[in-house]
Order: sequence, then structure tokens, then C-alpha cells
Amino acid sequence: MKRHIHIARHVVFGALCVLGIALTASAQNIAVRGETVHTMAGEVIRDGIVIVRDGKIVSVGPAATTAVPPGMRMLEAVVVTPGLIDAHSTVGLTGILNQKQDQDQFDHSSPMQPELRAIDAYNAQDELVGWLQSFGITTVHTGHAPGELISGQTIIVKTRGNTVTDALVKDNVAVAATLTGAARKSGGKSPGTRGKMISMLRAELIKAQEYKAKLARYQDKIDNGGDGDEAGDDEGEPPVPPKRDLRMETLVDVLNGSVALMVTADKAQDIASVLRLKDEFEITVWLDGAAEAHVMIDKIKAADVPVIVHPAMARAFGDRENLSMETAGKLADVGIFIALQSGYEGYVPKVRVVLFEAGVAAANGLGFDRALRAITIDAARLLGIDEQVGSLEAGKDGDIALYDGDPFEYASHCIGVVIDGVVVSEGSN
Amino acid sequence: MRRSVRWALVAASAVMMTGGALGANATAFVGAKLLPIDGPEIERGVLVIEDGRITAVGAEGQVAIPGDAARIDMRGKVIMPGLVDTHSHVGGVGAADGSGPIQPGVRIYDSINVRNSGFKRAVAGGLTTLNVMPGSGHLCSGQTAYLKMRFANTPGTIDDILVRDKDGHAMGGLKMANGTNSQGKPPFPETRGKSAFLVREQYIKAQEYAASKARAVNEDGSVDESKMPARDLNMEALVEVLEGKRVVHHHTHRHDDIMTVIRLSQEFGFRVVLHHVSEGNRVANEIAEADVPVSAIIVDSPGGKLEARYLLLATPGIMEKAGVRVALHSDDWITDCRLFLRMAAIAHRAGMSRAGALRSVTLTGAEILDMGDRVGSLTVGKDADLAILDGDPLSVYSKVIETWVEGVQVFDRSDPTDYLYAVGGYGAGHDQDPYLCCYDHEQGMQILQGGAN
Repeated sequence: MKRHIHIARHVVFGALCVLGIALTASAQNIAVRGETVHTMAGEVIRDGIVIVRDGKIVSVGPAATTAVPPGMRMLEAVVVTPGLIDAHSTVGLTGILNQKQDQDQFDHSSPMQPELRAIDAYNAQDELVGWLQSFGITTVHTGHAPGELISGQTIIVKTRGNTVTDALVKDNVAVAATLTGAARKSGGKSPGTRGKMISMLRAELIKAQEYKAKLARYQDKIDNGGDGDEAGDDEGEPPVPPKRDLRMETLVDVLNGSVALMVTADKAQDIASVLRLKDEFEITVWLDGAAEAHVMIDKIKAADVPVIVHPAMARAFGDRENLSMETAGKLADVGIFIALQSGYEGYVPKVRVVLFEAGVAAANGLGFDRALRAITIDAARLLGIDEQVGSLEAGKDGDIALYDGDPFEYASHCIGVVIDGVVVSEGSN
Repeated sequence: MRRSVRWALVAASAVMMTGGALGANATAFVGAKLLPIDGPEIERGVLVIEDGRITAVGAEGQVAIPGDAARIDMRGKVIMPGLVDTHSHVGGVGAADGSGPIQPGVRIYDSINVRNSGFKRAVAGGLTTLNVMPGSGHLCSGQTAYLKMRFANTPGTIDDILVRDKDGHAMGGLKMANGTNSQGKPPFPETRGKSAFLVREQYIKAQEYAASKARAVNEDGSVDESKMPARDLNMEALVEVLEGKRVVHHHTHRHDDIMTVIRLSQEFGFRVVLHHVSEGNRVANEIAEADVPVSAIIVDSPGGKLEARYLLLATPGIMEKAGVRVALHSDDWITDCRLFLRMAAIAHRAGMSRAGALRSVTLTGAEILDMGDRVGSLTVGKDADLAILDGDPLSVYSKVIETWVEGVQVFDRSDPTDYLYAVGGYGAGHDQDPYLCCYDHEQGMQILQGGAN
């Protein structure tokens, strides 16, 4: 027994040593020098330097005027950008094998399950997370996929970390809803039609309004010493909270605006439905996919709804048969707020690389600057994480991507990725 | 409109040609950067085409332009051979059905819709020659068709786009598959061993069929009809394969499946092209040793199916270095053939030489389709099949601005209708339901779109 304890002590000591090394690595101080630095906050810097200390950016400026403190590890690249942000993916839930056991993007037992949390499903160690990281993508908005009327919740993660806890940036970011053919059912099951989809969504949101009212009445009683003016209110009895309901709690978050309703809709009439839902319930709506947004530009602009545009290389069939590679550019031209995404794929490629999609969008009307914004600072703003990531500015996370040329060029390589000040990828990808 | 005029001109010139007016039918593309593929790039070149063929290629000033040739100023542009896609599913195609795993007698060209917008996308991507194939849900799903995109203002019928050999026969290969896609419930095989057995059994039957046909021929060359076996379309196709007249285009991903294809091709002596070869990097030396060409694909991430679990962007480059002849294919709809050049560029990004990458979507593909003497390079005597770009073909920012087939312009990016198909938009995707090899249509669409049931 004593011997075991002795060994155990050694093991603990050994573990601490390993941990010590790991901590040193994570605390690494890094200077990244780029011939061109796209800070996404002000002018592009020619021959710039980004200094990262303890995981955070401490300074950004021209090499000529930015002192590099001694002992810093220096990385160099032709082009430096903030770590890229994929505004909508399903990576980590849609595993690489595409077999039943690694597909957690939707549960088909019920068409509306906003109560399903992405945090309980995200596999931080799926190889495809590392795949995205290797091209400079450091932050991903991921979760339940389009494919059920309401498939569940989403989260924002960094593309590093052994567990979802390590990776998590923000929990319960959006509730994912789908108004495409993928969520319509045959064989007498609901929802079987477009009309039924909207009636089911509205009914559920109205139920949530009622639940919210109950919560408010309860809170009111608490605030007034249990002496509300509700009929049947017993004087002196402690107020009873409404029975907990995970589905309703999530939808109340949506009604309160703390969680967005991200609706995947591609056909023009479905995009119109999304805009109507926003008006009726006064909720925060993100239009996702939006293959026919190019024929709904005025309406989307008037509704002031941001659009997470489908991948530029998405396949044109089904609800997306009228998609265009130029949609992102056309929406941006009129000032509609856009971000870009890798989206969801049921087959191959199991995950798209938002850098590649942005490159094709850039070449088809969006242009370099707006395409880069759409996968950095604008994606961060849409997702509400722009205080933390999305640009190279002092105080933000040390998330940096390094390239040996124009990041969008087919033949360029991602030659380094830094997340929270840790060099997580090198080589030539 | 512009193109109808050009058609008319071509037709008129053709008439004049018969009258012996040499050069009257010629067009000279002047000042473009030329990528001949079978020779070094020419910075400022002249390309002359006449009567649907290339008649001169060279540096500006060193090529004689016929005096009456139409001159097109191509300064700032890049001209390369029309692209050859060795594996495509455009055209709303379908060959073998669910009744059995081996159906070599079924021809894909009996199913092709020439008005399918997939062909519009193909020319928008600079593609001029396609091998349109049935899918991989069968051990053998039927005969493939080699097509030239001879569309201008209106498509005619399938006969207008078939490639014919010198005897007038429609050219094509035979599609086969191993690995997981072609497995299923009986009569489909459930294992790899059974898959190979079923294939070997049919080839042995074909050997016997050929032998019995040979026995029906007397020594003096006359045929003894009483001995002649009844016609069997399946056997006839397999005999063409055994005789080397029809190439096997074989879907195969995993390293061991690749080796099985090579083993069977050696046992029966058939010519084969290895398609997809996601794990070709793992047996690159063995493929080179067997001297079997490949037609590889790159998708943007590994996985999505077990066979593509270990897919690498670097595999085409690794095979190239091992000495394998490497073509690429779009597998449209798997990847969009409008972006076929992108695949070559990504292969280059991941280690393939620039010359090898450009050859993989042109001349190597042509050779794989037994058309190396007709298309795939800017060579005098070859078909005037051209992809004209506004920049380097391996840049994301470059666009195909014109596509020509046999001397006729079939795509013009400045034409609004052509432009619609080039970038997408309302009406561009009609008839574009993906071709689902291994699922019934409804099930497959659900899987692709992520739906229920």
C-alpha cells in the first residue's frame, strides 16, 4: 500500500512537470511580423508587428515603431490576419466519419427541440476541428444543423482545447430553425408544408410568450413580497414559480433577445416568412443561407436583418437551385450586414473551409476587403464577440493567422495559427 | 446573337472552304499568353484555328497568319486547351438500376438530357470534353460516354455531342466500383471478398463467351451460325473490355481496394483508370509500378464517408512524384465543374507541380480517354477546343471568359445568359438535382440536405 502511494506521488509529480511545460507553452509570448498586417481595425499596416503576451494582444503597429520585448518568440509571414471566424458551421457535431454514431447535428424524434444544447454535443477533438484550424480558422459558431424546424442551440468555440469547456467562447448563442425542404416531412408527419411550418413556429413562440408572462408575474410577486394582485393569490403563501420547462426557457431567451433565432431559409417566400416572424415577435433574427436573397434585397435591407450567406461553392439544387456566387457581394453592395459560413454538409466535403468560400465570394463581387471582414470582424460583430476577437487590437485574444501570400489565393498557404497566444499550427497548409 | 452570327460565318466559310479558299475559314487569336501544355508557356502568342482544328501555335511574330484570317485581339488574356473532365455526372443521367450489381450492357448515353443546365455550367468552367458516367452504387453500373460540348445557341440531341472513333463508334468506357458504395443487400455484395468474386465470375464468363464466339468462326473465316452464341449485351461490353477496346473507369478509394482493382485488371488483362484514389498516397509506388493511370479528386475536407476518411489535398502531388500519371476530375455534382481549375490549383497548393496540375485537367485526361491525339493541348492538328481566361488559370480571381469547341464559341461570359450559368442566379440551377449513386432519390436528397426520415 505504501509503495502504491509512493508511486502515486511520483505520478503526480510527473504530471505536474508535464503540466508545468504545458503552462509555459500556453503562457508563451509571441511577436508576429507580417509584410502586410490586416488588423481589421483601421488601415492595413505594411511591415507590421503584433505583440501577444499571456494570451492577449498587447500592441499592434509598424515594425519601425513597435518594440519587441526580449525573449519573445518571433513568427514571420507575408500576410497576417486576425484568426478567422466561421459564422456558421456544424463542425464538432457532424463528425468526420459521417456515420450514425458521430452525427449529433439533429435528433429526428421531434420537429422542434430548442432545448437541445450544443455544449452537450460538441466534440472538441473531432479531426475536422483541427482541419479548420490548420487553415487559420480560430473561432467557429457551431451547433445543431439545419434539418428540423427547430433543431437546437448553437455555441461559439475556439478551434483548440481538449474539451468543450476549454474551447467555449459563448454558450447558447442562437436557436437554429429551418424553413427549407430539409425540415418538411412526408408521410402525414408535421410539418409537411410551408404554412404548417410557420404555424407551428408561431404557436410555440406564443406559448413561450405566455410562459414569459408567468415568469414575470412570479417575479413581480417576489419583488412585491409575495403580494401580487393576481387573482387567486393567497396572502402570505410564498409565490410558486412556474414549473421549469427547458424548451420554454430557451424560447424565452429568444423572446428577450439574449439568444438569436437563426433561421435557415433559401427560397424567397421563406425569406419573407423569416422577416414576418421578426416583426410579429420582435426578436433578433439572423437569416442563414438565403440562396434567393438576391431577389429580396430591398426587403432584407428594410428589415435590417443580418445575413449569414450560404457558402459560395454550395451546390445549386433543391431550395438552393437559384443560388449565386455573387449574392454576398450584392447584399454587401447595398449595406446589408453579412457574414460568411461553411454551413452544413450531409455528405462530402463533410466540412467546408470558410477561408475558401470567402475567396470565391471575394472573386465574385464581394472583393478582398469585404470578404476578409465577413470572416473576421463582421462575423465577430454579428455573433456579439467583437470585444474579444475579430481584429488585431490591444486587449483582444491573441488569435492570429499567418499566410505566405494572399490568403484567398488558391496556391497560398496558411503557415501558422496562434490561438490565445499559443502556436497551434505550423507548416504549410 | 453574337454567336449566331459567328455560327453563320463559320458555316459560310465552310462552304467557301470546299471551294478551296485556303485561310478563309481561319481565326487568329493574337497576343494572348498561351499555355500549350505539351510545351513551354508562350508569353505573347498567336494561335490560328481553321475548320475546327488548330493550324498554328507560336510566339507573336513567328507565326504566319493567313491574310484573310479573322484576327481577335487577345492581349492580356490567357488561352489554354479546353479542359477535359474524366469523371462527371452532369446531364441528369442514370444507367444501371437496382436490380443487380453488374450491368455492363446499360449505356449512359441512352439517358442524357442535353438541355440539362449542367452542360451550361461545364462550358462556363472551360470544359470541352467530358466523360459522363453512371455512379458507384454498383460493381458495374454501365457504359460511360465521352462527350464534346458542341453546344452553341441550341443543343440538339445526344448524337451531336457524342465523341466517335475513326470507325464511327460512340466512344466510352465501362464504369466499375469497389469499396463501400457498391455494397448492399443481396443480390449486391455485402463484403469486399464477395465484390471481387462477383466481378471475376463475370469476366470469366465473358472470356468463355468470347471463346465460344471464336469457335463459331471456321478456319476459312466463315461463320457457323449454329455455333454462334446468342447475343448478350452484358457479355459484349465485357468482351470489349477484355479486348482492350473499352477502358474500365474504376471507382476506388481505400489503399487495399486500389490494389484489388490492379490485381483484377492484371488477372484479366483489362485497361483501367483508377478513379478518386483518396488513399493513393499510401500505395503511390505500387500504382506507379503497375503503370496504371489515375483520375483523382480533391474535396475540401477528408471524411464524409469512410472511404474518404484519409483524403489529403497532397495526394495528387504525392502520386505525381512517385511517377504516376495523374488526371483530375470534378465528379460534378460532388464538386462544381465550373471550378474545375480550382481543383488543379489546390493540387498545386498541396505539392503538385504547376505543369502537372495544368496537365491533369487537360492532356493527361485526354490520354486517359484515348483522345490524346485529338484534344488536351494546343497542338497543330488537334481540335480547336479552347478555354480563354482573363488571368492565370490557377488564380482564384481569374475567370473563364470564353470557351470554344472545334472552332465554335460555346461560352461567352459577356453574354447575359451565359453569365447567369457562370455565376448562378434565378433559373441557373434547373434540372440540377444531384445524381445519387447509392441511395434512392428521396433518401439521398434527405441525406444531402440534412432532412429527417
